[in-house]
Amino acid sequence: MEGVGVVTEGELRILDMDPATDGAAIRARLGVCPQRDILDEDLSVEENLWVYGRFFGLSRSEVHRRADELLQFAQLGERRRDRVEPLSGGMKRRLTIARSLMNNPEVLLLDEPTTGLDPQARHVLWDRLFRLKREGVTLIITTHYMDEAEQLCDRLVVLDHGRIVAEGSPRALIAEHSTREVVELRFDLDDQERHVDAVSGVGERLEVLPDRLLVYVDDGDAALTSLHARGVEPLSSLVRRSTLEDVFLHLTGRTLVD
Amino acid sequence: MSAPATDRLAATAAASGRLDTGPRPGLSQAERLGAVMGHHLLVYRRTWKGSIINRFLSPLFFLLSMGLGLGTLVDDGAGGVDGVPYLQFVVPGIIAVQAMWLSFGESTYAVFGYIRWNQMYAAMLSTPLRVIEVLGGHLAVVGVHLVVATTIFVGVASLFGAFASWWVLLTIPVGLLTGLAFAVPTFALSATLDNDNGFSLLYRFVVTPLMLFSGTFFPVEQLPSVLRPIAWGTPLWHGVELSRDAATGTPPGWLGVAHLGVLLLYIGGGWVLAHRQFSRRLVS
Repeated sequence: MEGVGVVTEGELRILDMDPATDGAAIRARLGVCPQRDILDEDLSVEENLWVYGRFFGLSRSEVHRRADELLQFAQLGERRRDRVEPLSGGMKRRLTIARSLMNNPEVLLLDEPTTGLDPQARHVLWDRLFRLKREGVTLIITTHYMDEAEQLCDRLVVLDHGRIVAEGSPRALIAEHSTREVVELRFDLDDQERHVDAVSGVGERLEVLPDRLLVYVDDGDAALTSLHARGVEPLSSLVRRSTLEDVFLHLTGRTLVD
Repeated sequence: MSAPATDRLAATAAASGRLDTGPRPGLSQAERLGAVMGHHLLVYRRTWKGSIINRFLSPLFFLLSMGLGLGTLVDDGAGGVDGVPYLQFVVPGIIAVQAMWLSFGESTYAVFGYIRWNQMYAAMLSTPLRVIEVLGGHLAVVGVHLVVATTIFVGVASLFGAFASWWVLLTIPVGLLTGLAFAVPTFALSATLDNDNGFSLLYRFVVTPLMLFSGTFFPVEQLPSVLRPIAWGTPLWHGVELSRDAATGTPPGWLGVAHLGVLLLYIGGGWVLAHRQFSRRLVS
C-alpha cells in the first residue's frame, strides 16, 4: 500500500513506470495515507507538514505556502501550533491526509480513511476527498464501508481473500449482482421457518437469516401484495433499495473473515 | 498515467489553483540527507531538555567525582597514572565514555520507536527518500550530537585544567568516531529486535561493563588477563586510547592506526548490517 513493497507475482506498473527501478520517481507523484496515522507526535501540526514537504524536495517557502493551504483545507488552521499528540482521531486523520497532499500527488492512496471516526468527522473527510477528486486527483481507497465506496468511488473492485470477485461502478455492480429492491420480513422467531416455503416463490432470490427473511425483487411493493395474497402476514415488513452492502455480502458471504 | 491524462490534470490544476506547483527538479543526495536531518533536528529542538542530564550533567559529575575527588587520592598515593596527574588521565576516557552513552541513547529506543511506534521511517520511505538517506540522515544527526557534546565537554574540562596540550582538539573527531562505532551497529540491532526488552540487557551487560573495563578509569593492564580481550575487541578502549593520546599530545604511531582501524571497522560493518536490517524491516 505504501508503494514500497515487492512484487511477488505478476507485473506492476504505476504511472507508466516500474516500481522496482523508478520507485523514488513514482513516490514523488504519489500521496500515501496509511491506515494508522503515522505522525510525529513530538512535533506540532504545521511542523509535521513542513518536514514532510522537505522530503519531496520542496523549498522552505514552498513548504510553508503549501502547509498554509492544506491546513485550511483540512480545517486545522486553529490548531497549527499545537502538538499532535492530544488531537482527536478525526483531526489526526485530516492531518495525515493533508500531509499526504504536500507534494500535490496525482494519485492518492487511502487505506480505510474513515475507520474509527464519528459521523461528523467522516462527512467532513468525505467532503474533502470529493473535492480532491473533482480537482483531478485519482483516489485509490480501500474500505470496509460500502456507503463510503458508494459515495466516493467511480470504479469498484471487490476483493475476497486477495482475489477479485467483481468490479465496476457501484450502480453496475448492484444491477449485476443484486435486484433493484429488497424486502425484509420479520416473523415471530419460531414462526419464521413455517413461512419460508410460501415466500420462496416470490422474489428472484431468498436469503434466510436467523432473525429475518430477505427477498430480492425488482418491485418490493408488488412482492408484498402477492405475499399478502398468499396469506403471509409478517410481524413487520420493509421495502428498501439494494445497496452495495447487499452485493458485497452476496459475493463474499456472511461468514466472519478474521 | 498517459501523457494526455497528465495534460488534463495540469489543466484542472491551473483552474483550481491548488494543484499548481510547476515542475520540480530531482533531488540530490545531499538534499535528501538534509531533509531527513532537518526532521530529526526539529524533533530535537522540542525534546532536548530531557536529554540534557544524560548528555552533559553525567559526564560533569564523573569529572568532579573521579577527576577531582578520586584524583586527589591517586595523585597523593601513587603520583598519578604513569606520571600523568589522574585528572588528565581520566578526562579523555570520560570523553570516549560520554560518546558511547550518547550513541546508545540516540540509537536504541529512538530508532526502535521510529520503526515500531510512530513508524516515521515508513512515512519517510513513502516519499522519494530511500533507505540509504533515511539511515544516513539519522546517523548524521547522531554525529552532530556527538561533535557538539564532545566540544562542550572539552571546553568545560579545560576549565579544570584537565588537558596538557592543544592536541586535545583532536578528541572531538575521536569522540565522533568512537560514538559512531557504537551507534551504527546499534542501529542495526534496533532494527532487528522484535521488542524493546533487549535494550535494558544491552545497558546492563554491555554499556556498564564496557565503561568499567575499557581503560577509562584505570589502565587495562590492571585488569585480570582474561578480561583484557573484552577491551581489545570492543570500540571503547580504542576510543579511550586515541582520546588519551590526543589529550596528552602523544603521537600514537602504528598503534593509533590500529585503534582507528578498529573504530572504522565497527562503523563500516555496522553500516552494512544496518542497511540490510532497515531494508528487511521497512521495505518488504
